[in-house]
Order: sequence, then structure tokens, then C-alpha cells
Amino acid sequence: MKNIFSILKFTLFIVVLFAIIYPMAIFGIAQFAPNKGKGETISVNGKVVGYQKIGQKFDKSNYFWGRPSAVDYNAAGSGGSNKGPSNADYLALVQKRIDTFLIVHPYLKKGAIPSDMVTASGSGLDPNISPEGALIQVKRVATARKLSEDKVKALVETKINKPSLIGTATVNVLELNVALDALK
Amino acid sequence: MNTELFGVISIFIVSIVLAIPLGRYIAKIYSNDKTLLDPIFNPIEKFIFKISGINATEEMNWKQHLKALLSVNMVWFFLCFFILLFQGSMPLNPDNNPSMSPDLAFNTAISFVVNCNLQHYSGESGVSYLSQMFLMFLQFVSAGVGMAAAAMVFAAMRERTTDKLGNFYNYFIKSCTRILLPLSAVVAVALLFNGTPMTFEGKDAITTLQGDSVEVSRGPAAAFIAIKHIGTNGGGFFGANSAHPLENPTYFSNAVELWAQLIIPFSMIFALGFYLKKRKFSYVIFGVMTVGFLLLVIPTVISELNGNPAIERMGITQATGAMEGKEVRFGPAVTGFWSIATTVISTGSVNSMHDSSMPVSGSMELLAMMVNAFYGGCGVGFLNFYIFIILAVFISGLMVGRTPEFLGKKIEAREVKIAAFIAILHPLLILSGTALASYFAANDTAMGYWFSGNATGWLNNPGHHGFTEMLYEYTSSAANNGSGFEGLGDNNPFWNITTGIVLLLSRFLPIIGPLAIAGLLANKKYIPESAGTLKTDTTIFGVMVFAVIAIIAALSFFPALALGPLAEYFTLK
Repeated sequence: MKNIFSILKFTLFIVVLFAIIYPMAIFGIAQFAPNKGKGETISVNGKVVGYQKIGQKFDKSNYFWGRPSAVDYNAAGSGGSNKGPSNADYLALVQKRIDTFLIVHPYLKKGAIPSDMVTASGSGLDPNISPEGALIQVKRVATARKLSEDKVKALVETKINKPSLIGTATVNVLELNVALDALK
Repeated sequence: MNTELFGVISIFIVSIVLAIPLGRYIAKIYSNDKTLLDPIFNPIEKFIFKISGINATEEMNWKQHLKALLSVNMVWFFLCFFILLFQGSMPLNPDNNPSMSPDLAFNTAISFVVNCNLQHYSGESGVSYLSQMFLMFLQFVSAGVGMAAAAMVFAAMRERTTDKLGNFYNYFIKSCTRILLPLSAVVAVALLFNGTPMTFEGKDAITTLQGDSVEVSRGPAAAFIAIKHIGTNGGGFFGANSAHPLENPTYFSNAVELWAQLIIPFSMIFALGFYLKKRKFSYVIFGVMTVGFLLLVIPTVISELNGNPAIERMGITQATGAMEGKEVRFGPAVTGFWSIATTVISTGSVNSMHDSSMPVSGSMELLAMMVNAFYGGCGVGFLNFYIFIILAVFISGLMVGRTPEFLGKKIEAREVKIAAFIAILHPLLILSGTALASYFAANDTAMGYWFSGNATGWLNNPGHHGFTEMLYEYTSSAANNGSGFEGLGDNNPFWNITTGIVLLLSRFLPIIGPLAIAGLLANKKYIPESAGTLKTDTTIFGVMVFAVIAIIAALSFFPALALGPLAEYFTLK
């Protein structure tokens, strides 16, 4: 019993060390991090329109779209579809996404659609798409906005993050759409 | 694609290179030599031990080590259980998350105490910030316990004939304050400046560019995510774990988190070499582990880069590989690498949804946890490997017709019995759990209290893949890993309680076993090396250990793998 009491006291002290002092120190350093460690936001005219890292839903034809999401981009939660690669219902869903994508983008050949545009991400909040995923949407967005295709394409090109040494090529959908809104 | 592969290779090499100096540092710590952080932490620790009335200087034998280890774990389990059970009415709960059900609190408390972090809840809605802080405390101490146990085995391997094997509390606190804490702080800061939040504010309500209203979960995540990897715990702050864009915001943060989970398991092996002054022995161990690791990683990365054949047939392009359950910023190469790193090591954090992995990757992930001795978790990875060393020494001894010896100690019936028991325990727990769950699922049994509805209701996928979901859950529990085929509906009494029991047995018995063997061996008479001694620091012995591992893992698990991922592979072809 005396032993248990010792361990309880010991536990209390190391709780203070690891669960209070350590996170508080990190919290202190966070005050120097981007947006004081509250998550980087993107603002338009002083109004926050989203978090830079958190994907959001775009389904209007005058915006670039992100990937399918298993949680419908509800950032109060997160998660993937957890569908196995051989699941027949899942494969039917992917087929349906491809068909829908082709209806909305009638100018496309099937082989041009990259897989990230018809598969759900792991978090359901993926902020990025592949550069191919953005480029194939240019014509639709340009038509909807009555802009020249070349102009929109040039904008997309500027928003592609190419890896210099390690990594993948990505396009942040929210940043692209914010820039698109600013395009005259 | 080349930049992706180059990323993977450079992360792996940097981890190995940095593990050597860190291993030297760890060896110094366990030898009680002076180290860099002594001036800061020595007085703090002395103070804590004095007030608590704990003697951290007396030498303990292996039984005293075990008693101390089990006592602290029991106290932590009950504390955690009560906090989770009543978190809804306790402070630091800005999102007003509810208290846990008793079976979920039981499962969660056990799984954090045993360094598994199975997480049958979602971080955003399942726990308060107070609970997150206590769980983070457990992430430190459960890793510290594993390392302290390994340190005792190190000491037993070094000493000639003794029952004085150092002090548990000393090894434990030093593992926490000299290794885990500083490394976590470095990682946390790196994550902060890559965009991971560290705030005590709750959800943020925003209107999106398109005009939808959305709430965004945040929290004190950076500190949590750092120790989750450094301590090979793997429990996510957010539901999607390291796939979540705030938990793992960039390719670089992903590299940091990978490094963070590899570094201590790597360093512990090198530390052993420095500690025993037998560096060649540690290179042999590291070599065996690395060969095993690469054999698992390479097929995984290839199959993820190749993409899903069923989607290929639909005629779209899979230039970026299999993307279901994956994030664009990581890509399939480093995601495949991560899925094996996190399963060979007992981390269990995920940066993709393993349920959507290709069948080859799924079987490699399973195999990694079934072997559970390539690198392995903080401290316990070496303990698991130690069992295989004992078995290999014994079998080699039989082959040449000599009494087996290991580091100058005779290995006799008692030690081999313990080692064999521990080696068999792992498949026993995994396969009997899976058999039980599959029996219910196959009969679609009405589960009553245990699960609302019939048993097939807990599956998210039909057929072979459904079977793999159940196999994976028990494998992950028995390996104290914590990753999952998360489609499985596991937050219910059936899964919470059965996996809870598996977790408990598969954590403590595989610690007790090696501690007992090491303690018994340390007590034996030292026999000087002679021409007839089996050399344990040679390639031949490495091959021998590898063969023992392959035979035990392959023979016991192959039938289950054939029913699950391998069958799925052939149906998908």
C-alpha cells in the first residue's frame, strides 16, 4: 500500500513534467509559429475563407474541384472510405465517378483522368490534387467564367508546387481558387 | 516518381546515419556515464524520487524489476481508465465531448498503457483535451517502460555472474528525460513550423470560399504527435492519424515523422553494441532486421506505385499509383514505405488508410506485425528479437551437438521453454482471436450485448478483404501496433474487450519472458569462450536467426494470409 502511494506521488510529478511543462513549452514556442500555432488560414478581403492545409468542398462549375471525400470535407472529423481494392460496390462507385466526370468534362478522353480525382483521400480533407487533375479542369472552369483557356491554364501552372529534390507535385485547390477569383 | 523514390531512400539513410551517434549516447546513459543533460535533469529527478519515497539507486534483480514495472503500469491503467470514464464532466473540454463507455475506456486505457494506441474512437469527437494530455503522458511512460526493460536485459547480457541488474526507476526516468523528451521537443518544433497546430482553442467555424459553413477541429497537436512517433506509440490526435493535413501537413513533416519513429528502434540496436562493447554483434542484428525490412518494403512500394488493377481496367490513368485512402502530398512511394515502417516498428500511426492498401501491401503489413521483431517498438523490439536469438542459439547448438551457449552462459531447458512459450503466444493470440471473430461473422450470429446487430455488421468489406480486416485487428493488437483496417466497426464491447485482453497478454508476457531469461542467464556461471563456442557475431548466425524467424512466422501465419490478402490478390489479378 505504501508502495502504491509512492507510485502515485511519483506519477503526479512526472505528469507535471510530461503532460504540463512539456506541452506548455511547445505552446510557448508555438506563439512564434505561423498564426501562433492555431493553423494557417487564408483570407480574402480580411475575411477567413479557409485553412491552408484543410481541403474544402468545391462542386460549383466555376471552381476547380478537389478529390472525392469520405467525410464530405467536414473538418470537424476526418477519415477515409476504408474500402478494399477488390470491393465490388467500391469499384462501381469509382466507375460512376469516372462517368460523371466525363459528363461534366465532355471534352476529355477517359485516359486523361488521373486516379486521384476519382478516389477518396485518407483524411477526407486532402487539400491538394495532382497537377494533371487541375489541368484537365481548365476548359470547364474557363468556360464557366468566360475567361480564355490560356489565361486559366497559365494560372494553374503558377500554382503547381513541383518538388525540387524529394516529394510529389501538388496543387492546393483552395489557393488556386482564391487566385482564380482574383483573376480578371 | 523519381523524386518520390529519392525521398524514401534519403529518409531511410539519414535515419541509419543518425542512429549511430544516438546509439552511443543511449549506451552511455544506461552505463550511468555523464551525459549532456545531466545538469538539468539530475536535480529534478533526485527531488522527485526523494519526495515520492522511491529509491532509484538500489540494485534490483530481475524479479524486483518486474515487480516495479508491473506496479507502475497498474496504477497508470486505473488513473487513465477513470479520466476517460469521466472526461465529459472534467475541465479542458471545449468541444464538449462525452465521457467514454466503460468498455471503450477499458480498451483505450490498456492500449495506451501498453504502447499500442489502438484507438477505437476518433480524436476530434472521442476525447477531451485533458484526456489527450493524459494519453500523451502515457505515450512517454509506456515507451520509457519498454526501454527500461531493454536496459535491464542489456545489463544482464553484459555482467558475468550477478543478480544486480541496475534500478528500474533509474533506467525508466533516464529513458524519458534524456532520450524521449529532448527528441520529442525537437520534432514538435519542426512540426509547428510546418503547420501543425498547438492551441487550446476548440473547433473554428468558418465559411468556405464557395459559401458552405464548416467547422475545423484543432488542438494541442504538435506536442502530442512528436511523442507519438518518438515513443513508437502511434495514437493519432485526429481520427485520420498522420493522414490528417494538420497532423502531417507536408512532405517534409512526413519525413520528420518517419525519422522520428525509426530513430529510437534503430539506435537501441547500436546502443547494445556500444554497451556490450560488441559492435559487430549489433551490426549482425541490424543487418538481419534490415534484410527483413527491405523484403517487406520493396514489394509494398512497387505494388502501390503500380496501382489498382481493377481501376486500371476502367481505362483511367494511374500515373500517381493507387490513390484510394492516400494523400496527394505524400504519393504512393513514401506511403508504402511508411505502411511497413509503422508495422515493423510497433508505431501503428498511419499516413494512409491501410484498409485500402493493395493486397500485396496488406499482406506485407500483416507479416511485419506477425514477425514483430524487425526493429520493433521502443525497447520491446529488441526484447522480441532476443527471444529469436535464444531459439536460434538453441537450435544451432542442437545441430552441432553441443550445449548451447550465449555470451558465455549455458542456455538450458528452462530458458528455452520460456522462449518457446513467448514465440508461440503471438500466433496463438492472433489466430484464436481471428478464428473466434470469423466464426461469428461466418454464421452472421446475433451478438446481443456484444455488438448491436449481427456479426457481419462490423465488416466494411465483403469476402477475403473482410476476413483480413478481422485478422489485421488482432494482429495489430498482439503486436501492440495500433494501426488498423479501420473500416472494421470496432467500438463495441466485443472488439473493445477481446482486443483489450489480447493487448494486455501480448504486452506483458513478452516483457516478462525476456526479463526472466536474461535474469536467469545473468545468474549463471560464466564460461570463457573456447574454440567450441558458437560465435553470435557472424553472418552465419545472422542467417540462422533469420531462418528461425521466417520459419516461425511463415509456418504459423501462412494459412491465414492465404485466406485473406493472398486470395484477394489472385481475385484482383
